[in-house]
Amino acid sequence: MTTARKFGDVLLDVEGISISFGGVKALDRVSFDVKEHEILAIIGPNGAGKSSMLNCINGFYHPQEGMITFKGVPRHQMRPHEAAVQGIARTFQNIALFKGMSTLDNIMTGRNLKMKKNFLWQALYFGPARAEEMEHRAAVENVIDFLEIEAIRKTPVGRLPYGLQKRVELGRALAAEPDMLLLDEPMAGMNLEEKQDMCRFILDVNDEFGTTIVLIEHDMSVVMDISDRVVVLDYGRKIADGSPDEVRANQDVIDAYLGVSHD
Amino acid sequence: MTDRPDVERCDTFPKLLLYNAGRRGDRPAVREKDYGIWQSWTWGTVADEVRALACGLAALGFKPGDMLVIAGDNRPQLYWAMVAAQTLGGVPVPVYQDSVAAEIQYVVEHVGARFAVVEDQEQVDKLLEVKDRCPTLEHIIFKNPRGLRHYDQPFVHAYAEVQEQGRGFDADNPDFFESAVARGKGADLAIILYTSGTTGRAKGVMLSFDNVIVTARNGIELEGLTENEEVLAYLPMAWVGDNLFSFAQSYVGGFCVSCPESGDTVLTDLREIGVTYFFAPPRIFENILTQVMIRIEDAGWLKRRMFDYFMGHARRVGTEILDGRPVALTDRLLYGIGRWLVYEPLKNVLGFSRIRLAYTAGEAIGPDIFNFYRSLGMNVKQLYGSTEASIFITIQPDGQVKPDTVGVPAKEVEIRIADDGEVLFRSPGVFMGYFKNDQATRETKTGDGWVHTGDAGFFDADGHLKIIDRAKDVGKVKDNTMFAPKYLENKLKFFPYIKEAVTFGDGRDYVAAFVNIDLEAVGDWAERRNMAYSGYTDLAGQEPVYDLIQECVEKVNRDLAGEPRLADSQIKRFLILHKELDADDGEFTRTRKVRRAIVAEKYADLIDALYSDKDHCPIEAEVTFEDGRTGIINADLRIWQAPLSDSQAEAAA
Repeated sequence: MTTARKFGDVLLDVEGISISFGGVKALDRVSFDVKEHEILAIIGPNGAGKSSMLNCINGFYHPQEGMITFKGVPRHQMRPHEAAVQGIARTFQNIALFKGMSTLDNIMTGRNLKMKKNFLWQALYFGPARAEEMEHRAAVENVIDFLEIEAIRKTPVGRLPYGLQKRVELGRALAAEPDMLLLDEPMAGMNLEEKQDMCRFILDVNDEFGTTIVLIEHDMSVVMDISDRVVVLDYGRKIADGSPDEVRANQDVIDAYLGVSHD
Repeated sequence: MTDRPDVERCDTFPKLLLYNAGRRGDRPAVREKDYGIWQSWTWGTVADEVRALACGLAALGFKPGDMLVIAGDNRPQLYWAMVAAQTLGGVPVPVYQDSVAAEIQYVVEHVGARFAVVEDQEQVDKLLEVKDRCPTLEHIIFKNPRGLRHYDQPFVHAYAEVQEQGRGFDADNPDFFESAVARGKGADLAIILYTSGTTGRAKGVMLSFDNVIVTARNGIELEGLTENEEVLAYLPMAWVGDNLFSFAQSYVGGFCVSCPESGDTVLTDLREIGVTYFFAPPRIFENILTQVMIRIEDAGWLKRRMFDYFMGHARRVGTEILDGRPVALTDRLLYGIGRWLVYEPLKNVLGFSRIRLAYTAGEAIGPDIFNFYRSLGMNVKQLYGSTEASIFITIQPDGQVKPDTVGVPAKEVEIRIADDGEVLFRSPGVFMGYFKNDQATRETKTGDGWVHTGDAGFFDADGHLKIIDRAKDVGKVKDNTMFAPKYLENKLKFFPYIKEAVTFGDGRDYVAAFVNIDLEAVGDWAERRNMAYSGYTDLAGQEPVYDLIQECVEKVNRDLAGEPRLADSQIKRFLILHKELDADDGEFTRTRKVRRAIVAEKYADLIDALYSDKDHCPIEAEVTFEDGRTGIINADLRIWQAPLSDSQAEAAA
C-alpha cells in the first residue's frame, strides 16, 4: 500500500447488543462502530459470539437488547433481504453456493436484487429484459476479471476445489455491489497460497471499490496483517477494540485468546 | 498474389503495419478475450493505436536508439508497443513476464533502457523495486490500471494517457509519424531477445528487421499460409518463437492473432478461436493427449470400444494417408468412417477442427505422442531452431515426416556438420550479434556468418537432420565412431519398462549401460506372471527382468545398426542398477538430468566390471533415506551381454 487510506464517517454503529439462546448469552452488551472504507476484524476463541455478531448485523438474528444503526438509520427488526437491499452482502463459514450451477450463474444470483424486470419479462428475454441481462452479465464479468477466475467461468461450482469455491462466494457477494461486506472466516481451511490470494483480494476490494469490510477470522497472522482495526470478543463480551498492534499488546486478549504466558 | 512486390518493399514492421492498414484495413488484426468477450481490432484501428502510442512516446522524449523494455502476458497493447518503439527507431526488449525483479533489473541495466511498457501492477512493482539501481530508467507505462490508482510517482504513466498525449502531439506534428516510419531500414536492429543460457548471464540476441521478416516470409511461402490463418499468442513474448509466429508472420502474412484471456484459459480459448496454425512444445501435446486418455477411460463402454477400434486403425494407416502414400481402398473407407465417428469429434473437442499446420520443437517428442496427432490427420511437424537463427533452421517437409528427425534445412538455410559432429548453420535469419558481448558473438558466429549451435547431429540417408545430443557430451568409441549418450538413453527410455539409463563409451572399446527399471511398469508385468518380489532391488536382480530389458536393448541395437554413423555405438554390456538413481543422492539434478561425473565416480567398480569379462559384480552402496539417515545396500549385480546387430545385414535387409 503506497498511501494511507482515509476513512469516512461511521457506517455501522452497534450499540449494546445482547442476544441469548435459552440460557446461553451469546452476546452481552457489545458495542463498536465501523467507519467507511475500514477493514474491521472480529476475533475471539470458539464460541465467543463472532458469528452471532455477524448474523445480527446481517438481520439473521434479532438482538434482544441494543440498537444497530446502518448509514445513520437505526433499526430493530430487519430481515436479511432488507439488509441486502440496504447494501450489506456476506459470505458464509460453510460455503453456501448452488453446487450444480456454474461459477457464472452463481455470481449472477448476486445480481438478483438489482434486476428490475419481473419474472415474465425475464422468461421472455425480450427487449428491455435482454438489455438488462446484458448489463448484469457485464457486471458479473467485471467481478470474474477482478477475482481472476476466468478459467472456471463455466465450471459447475461443485467440481471446484474449496479455495476456489470460497473465491466464487466472495464473487457473488461482490456482484451485489455492497457498501459493506461481511466475511465469515474467509480463509478457513485454505492452504498458505490460497490464503495469500484471498488476503490480496480482500485488500483489493477495499481499495478498488472502497467497500467497507467486516470479517471474522481465526488465523491471527492474517487478521493482524490486513485489518485496520480489531475487535476481540470473549464469552460474548467485547474485551478489546483497537489497532492490530494495540490488540496484540493487550493483556486481556493475550490471556483470553492467545493463551496465558508462563514466563 | 499480385501485391507481392508491394509487400516485399516493406522491410520493417511499421511499414508492414501501414501496408496492412491500407490493403486490409477492415480485417481483424488482433483479438483479445476480455470480460468474457473477444474484442477485435482491425488493421486500421491497430495502425491508429500504434500511431497514438508512438507519438505519445515521442512526446515523452523517446529517441532513436532508445531501448523499450516490455513485460507482461501476451496483450495486443504490448505488441503495439514493440511496433511503436520500432517506428521511432528504438528497440523493443521483451522480458519473460515471470522474471523476478533482479532478472528484469539485469536486462534494464544491460540495455540501458529509458522506457518500459508493462502489463499490470505486478510488473510495475517489480520495476519500482529495482528502479534505484537502474539509473537509466525514466518512464514506466502500464496497460492495466487496476490497483495502480494510488501510485503517484510522476514517472509512472497509464498507457491510455500516453496515447492521449500522443494524439495531441500528432495533431501538432501531422507528418511526424509517416516520416518516422519511412526512416526505418531493413538492416536496422529490430529487437533484442534475451536467451536464458544454461551457464552464466542471459545473452541479448540482436535481430534485424531483415533477419525476422525474411525468415517469416520464407516460412509463410513454404507452408502456404494466407491472411485467413488463426493463431493464438500464448507463449512468452520474450521467446523468439512467439515473436515469429504471433507477431512477424502475422504482419507479413496479414493474418489475425488472438490473445488468450489468461494463462489458465488457453485450452478453452484455443477451442473458441479454432486455430489453423499452432505452435506448442512437446509437453503441451503430451498434456492434451493425457487429458483425452483420462476422459476416454471415464467414457461409456460403446464410446471406449469405438475409440480403441478406430484409433487402432488410425495408427495403422492414418499417417500414411496424411503423407499421401498409397493405402488400400478398404482402409481408406474405414478411415473415412472413423473420421466421421471419432477423429473429427475428438479434434473438435480439443479445438483442432480447423488446424492445418502445427509445429513442435524444443525437445524430443515421444514417437507415440507425435504419431497420435498425425494419425488423426493433424499435420504436426517438428522443427529445429534457435533464437540466433530467428528460429527456423530445419523443418520437416509435408509428406516426409519422420518422428526421429527434425527435417530438412529451411529455405535459404545452409547447414554444415563440423568434424566433431556439431551442427553449424548460415541463413538470412542469422543474428547480428550478442548485445554488448563481442566475445560471446565471436565464439558463436564465425567471420563468414556460420553459427555454432552447440548441438551434435548428422544427416540421415534421406537428407533429414537428426539432432542427437549436446556437442560437448558427444564422445568417441574405439575407431572414432560417434557416441551420443543422451540419444542412446532417450531410445532406451522410450520403453515403458526403463525409467532411467546411463550409457558409457567415450574413449572405451564399446558402449555399456546402467539401467533403472520402472518399478510400476515392471512390477505390473511381474505380477501378471506371478513373479514374487519384495521391492526394487529384488525385482531388479531377477533373471526374467534381465530378459525383458535385454529385449529392449536388442531393439535399440537393431535401430542403431540401421544408422551407419552410430552402428558401432551399440550397447554391448548392461546391468540393472540395484537402486533407483535419486536426486537426494546427488545422482540427478533437481530437474532430473543425470550427473554423469558423480554417477561415474560413485559406481566406478561397476563401470570397471562392465569393461571386464566378469558376469557379476558385488556392490555396497550408501543411500540416503527420506529422513536424512544413511544406510548401506548390498547386492551382487549380474552383468549381461547384449547381442549386437550386424549393420551390414541390417542395411541389406
